[in-house]
Amino acid sequence: MKKKIISALLVASMCAGTLAGCGSKPAEEGADAATEATDDAATDDAATDDAATDDAAADDAAATDVAAAPAAADDTGKVINVYSWNDEFRTRVEAVYPEVAETSKDGTVTKLKDGCEIHWIINPNQDGVYQQKLDEALLQQADAADDDKVDLFLSETDYVTKYTDADADVAIPLKDLGINPDVDLADQYDFTKTVASDGNGVQRGSTWQCCPGLLVYRRDIAKDVWGTDDPEEIAKKVSDWDTMKASAEELKAKGYFALAGYADTFRLYGNSISESWVKPGETTVNVDPQIMNWVNNSKEWLDAGYLDKNIKGTFNDDWNKSMGSASKVFAFLLPAWGIDFVLTPNWDGETGAWAVTNPPQAYNWGGSFLHACTGTDNPGHVRDIILAVTATKDNLLKISQDYSDFTNTQSGMAEAAVDDRFKSEFLGGQNPFYYFSPVAQNIKMAPLSSYDQGCVELIQNAFSDYFQGKVDFEKAKENFETAIKERYPEITEVKWPE
Amino acid sequence: MRKKRKSISYAKWGYIFILPFFLCYFIFSLIPLVDTVRYSFYEYYRSGIKIVGPNFVGLENYVSLFQSDLFKYTANTLILWIIGFIPQIVIALLLAVWFTDIRMKIHGKQVFKVIMYLPNLIMASAFAMLFFTLFSSGGPINSILLSTGIIKEKIDFMNSVFGTRALVGLMNFLMWFGNTAIMLMAAIMGISVDVIEASEIDGCTKTKRFFHIILPLIRPILAYTLITAIIGGLQMFDVPQILTNGQGTPDRTSFTLIMFLNSHLRSKNYGMAGSLSVYLFVISGILCYITYRISNDNDPDGRKAEEKQRKKEEKKRRKMKHEVK
Repeated sequence: MKKKIISALLVASMCAGTLAGCGSKPAEEGADAATEATDDAATDDAATDDAATDDAAADDAAATDVAAAPAAADDTGKVINVYSWNDEFRTRVEAVYPEVAETSKDGTVTKLKDGCEIHWIINPNQDGVYQQKLDEALLQQADAADDDKVDLFLSETDYVTKYTDADADVAIPLKDLGINPDVDLADQYDFTKTVASDGNGVQRGSTWQCCPGLLVYRRDIAKDVWGTDDPEEIAKKVSDWDTMKASAEELKAKGYFALAGYADTFRLYGNSISESWVKPGETTVNVDPQIMNWVNNSKEWLDAGYLDKNIKGTFNDDWNKSMGSASKVFAFLLPAWGIDFVLTPNWDGETGAWAVTNPPQAYNWGGSFLHACTGTDNPGHVRDIILAVTATKDNLLKISQDYSDFTNTQSGMAEAAVDDRFKSEFLGGQNPFYYFSPVAQNIKMAPLSSYDQGCVELIQNAFSDYFQGKVDFEKAKENFETAIKERYPEITEVKWPE
Repeated sequence: MRKKRKSISYAKWGYIFILPFFLCYFIFSLIPLVDTVRYSFYEYYRSGIKIVGPNFVGLENYVSLFQSDLFKYTANTLILWIIGFIPQIVIALLLAVWFTDIRMKIHGKQVFKVIMYLPNLIMASAFAMLFFTLFSSGGPINSILLSTGIIKEKIDFMNSVFGTRALVGLMNFLMWFGNTAIMLMAAIMGISVDVIEASEIDGCTKTKRFFHIILPLIRPILAYTLITAIIGGLQMFDVPQILTNGQGTPDRTSFTLIMFLNSHLRSKNYGMAGSLSVYLFVISGILCYITYRISNDNDPDGRKAEEKQRKKEEKKRRKMKHEVK
């Protein structure tokens, strides 16, 4: 008998042992036997119910001047799950959301004053990891327990349309949340509102950032080549592509590169395409003539030696190094976050060595949109966070000052452009907002499609081989076609401009 | 009556003890395997966050699979594997023979074994990242070569077909030679010392001993090494993926089959991924069968060949006898 018990135990422990590693088998759709704590019905209609009032209303006056409902009344959940790709949004919320009490040391949980918790779920953007994780969570949303539901998620301009899609219906229209875009978001830049709207013009997201880009250049190189580092003078040297090419020749004569690499200019061309990569309902990729201009100009510039041929792509080691003091690169094309987030940490020389001026072409680069997720059990908090971070001028100005973001408030940015408090030490006392503001006014956002991210990424990869002389032009086109069809199985054809 | 009771079936316990494995295998391996094959006949992918399918499409996935650059990727994979495998097996055999040679009297064998095995402990992706940084055009390798005057201009390793493939091969070699060497050492140490000693007394040279005594005797282990290496090679992914940023640059010449599979999984294309997996399964099956036939000697002591010879001779003799008569 004893033997039997022992052997039964052994079998059991062996089973447990072998099964231990099998915990997270991926993609078991629907097999989610997770607990369904409470009924969703209560939360669904709560989203539209604005009338309720509560003691917690006090914070609201500070947050917005709009007649929005207080937070806690609508909310049944205690946990607000936020999906994002870095801690950027967390720092903005901590800075301006009055309900924030404290954040844990590892940055994963933020406690709110009313006892709720914000859980930050961070996955890196690289290689589409963030979207994969988010998509998994969104597909599970209906079955997830209330405290595991996604309440708020972020998206980037490159793939915002994927999530604002009306059929997919994963982002709640702002109206249903109790935000009236025409009134509450009137001060935002129009193009940011267009970008965050679905095909029917219903706005389903909002952003605190607006990302006009500038030309950021090294003062010492400008002085060496032209004898001046005055932004007005330099602006004349780079006023359009042809003028800039002539200037590049002068830079080359002194041993400098005009820009780091061919990937640096892509945004400028990519932003000015006249038709979206894939038209709604179609399965054909249309390559815009502007993209071909990028290809031709990049090849020309690279062969002429205006660009450093060792720098392939952006956000890699070589690119980062080209921002150091030993580099021969004259300028970079960066938005506000680029100066703060990319250039500053890579610069190892004296502060004040850089300056900004108008770019050869107005462009927008990036932008993080906030979306309230369908099925959230905390619509009140989500609405208040969106309003506090994206719609309140004072908060936005604070973000601009603390984090150098160019924020989404037209009147605020106009003030900042002439306000000495916004002068940047890194730029040698220059006020970048003076240059950002007019660019922001001129941005015409290119029509977006949900295939943009793949198209933008893959066309740069495919032609990278062409620039470096590894393949000919036709082969590069072919490689792009192969890659895009692999990424998006529904794509049937690629149309090239004449 | 009593006698019958005494006979205990131990076989039962055997089955009970292997049951957990088969249960796990059934749930976590066999069902997904069958599912993979099933989905290879379906159109099933995700467009944005909308799911398309599954719709039965017959062999359509296979047709488009063979119309793609599949064979180029297969060739890439095999080339990358061979570049790494040939030096790996040669060095591993050499090391294994040296380390097991009693007359060489190598000191600190254990230390060397540990050092040889160490590269395998590093994660392949970390290893690839390290190489990417080392060999990038602004990396330390280039700086060293430049400052010592060996080269005049920076070499763009990752921008040439040869450079990228050689780096992948080098990494795979460095990661796996220690593992193979240790396995082969174990195999060689399994050979009876008497045999080796006898050969020495008979005046056998070292090369002869290696080719005619050691190699035939470690054949089963060698076959095992080959087969696992082939399967591992066909599934090569992390090193080229990280080194080329998932692009298989330049011009997709270091794009492997599993990277191809991975790019289908970006859109959760279970249909195409399934058909590709079936293709991989068939290819590895064929390769393993060939290796098995080549390396598995079914006549280890030459008895069968002898028999054949004898029979032949007997026939001849009989014939001759017949003629004489």
